[in-house]
Amino acid sequence: MEFLGIWIAAFLTLCIYSFLYKDNPFYRFAEYLFVGMSVGYGIVLQYHQGFIPFAWQPFSEVFTGGSLLGLIKLIPIGIGLLFFSGLSSRHTWLIRFPSAILIGVGCGLAIPNVLRANIFEQTRGTVEPFSVIHSNVAGLVEPIPSFEFYGLIFGAVLMVIGVICTLTYFFFSVEHRGPVKWVSKIGIAFLMIGFGSAFGNTVMGRVALLIQRVDFLLNDWIGSIF
Amino acid sequence: MLTKLVNMDRRIVFILVALAVIIPMVFPISLPVSISKPTQDLYDYIDGLEAGSAIMLVFDYGPSSLAELNPMAKAILKQCFERDVKVVGLTLYAVGTTMGSDLMKGVAEEKNAVYGEDYVYLGFRPGTELVILGMGDSIASIYENDYYETPLLELPMMQNIRNYDQIELVVDLASGNLTEYWITFANVQFNQKIGAGVTGVIISQMYPYLQTGQLVGLISGIAGAAEYERLIDDPAKGVLWINIESFVHLLIVVLVVIGNIAFFIRRGQEE
Repeated sequence: MEFLGIWIAAFLTLCIYSFLYKDNPFYRFAEYLFVGMSVGYGIVLQYHQGFIPFAWQPFSEVFTGGSLLGLIKLIPIGIGLLFFSGLSSRHTWLIRFPSAILIGVGCGLAIPNVLRANIFEQTRGTVEPFSVIHSNVAGLVEPIPSFEFYGLIFGAVLMVIGVICTLTYFFFSVEHRGPVKWVSKIGIAFLMIGFGSAFGNTVMGRVALLIQRVDFLLNDWIGSIF
Repeated sequence: MLTKLVNMDRRIVFILVALAVIIPMVFPISLPVSISKPTQDLYDYIDGLEAGSAIMLVFDYGPSSLAELNPMAKAILKQCFERDVKVVGLTLYAVGTTMGSDLMKGVAEEKNAVYGEDYVYLGFRPGTELVILGMGDSIASIYENDYYETPLLELPMMQNIRNYDQIELVVDLASGNLTEYWITFANVQFNQKIGAGVTGVIISQMYPYLQTGQLVGLISGIAGAAEYERLIDDPAKGVLWINIESFVHLLIVVLVVIGNIAFFIRRGQEE
């Protein structure tokens, strides 16, 4: 069985890479198969690990001598089913109820946590190095070596300049002319460095995928033949 | 000549890249791997945990990202099993469910770890943020049974693990933005320590969280996996692949330089 699995995986890998030559039916077959399998697998898992244990099982236990509290599951099941009202043009307005609940709960959970994680903590992280620098200068902590200390100052100043310039680029309430234009241009430079870093890392990731597949073809597939 | 070079068929580049992968794979060359601070920090954190303590290992990735994240997962599991650190495995990404189970079983067999005593696998539950928040109160309220349908409270290891209070660290191995969910909900709401291993595509997004201490450490793509394998002194696929990766990167740099030189010379001639 494992032998068959390796051959199927090798065939599908070659089908996908055949696109590098040009688009062809083998590539499209493998692509559609991948999409279909992923969706099917996802639906089955959502059903077995989400719907069955959290909705159906507690509800069905009401009829098999379990707690009547399972009846309460009718509320979320009913609200969830309203999503299917989108299939009927006459009743499509009902979809607003589950959507409103989802958006409301989502925002309620996310807003305070996201603000703290991504705004407050990041602001603290931007200014905190200055506190370390001050503590060193004032002799409040054990002094760090001078080379490291100047590196810390350089990093802290660079980060504040980067944050201010980049935010200025995204500040559209003032026309980007004169000093604002130059500050936002520096912001673009910081953004470009960020994108460059992201691109380099993406190349690393994509090459790693290729290496893993070649490793599979050479060692697992061809290795199983010879 | 220059025109030919600039208009080179892209398939020639593909062949060159394929050769740059196949040749070092057939004739392996060992290049030095230097350890970055974020990887070292994560390793040190796990290494500093007391025997018997527990971490959560989250497989938030699917087969399309296993090349980068499986070597990390294996290295972390080996380190934990060797140090007698318990591992609670789970996933918030449906497609990765079976993969996580197979991977834990494989490493456990290699290290003689026992299911239910040294590690458990909880599987997948839908509802990302609700799962993260729910486990802060009670893991059993979200995962009544483990992935193999055993009631959680029947597993010896889970007798003492109720919620994040008994979890020393959550290590999220992610190919998307799920690490940010762990930071936003588990770290902010429950002060849970978070470490991450991520694919190359999202490394840049994670660095701000390292600087603020919201992440205790970070393993970055295949390079990070190789570093971690070096740290646990068990070189495997990560180290092998990063050597090959270096040759491909070298080829890409050479092609970029040649392409740019040819472009500027040709533009100069046209002007």
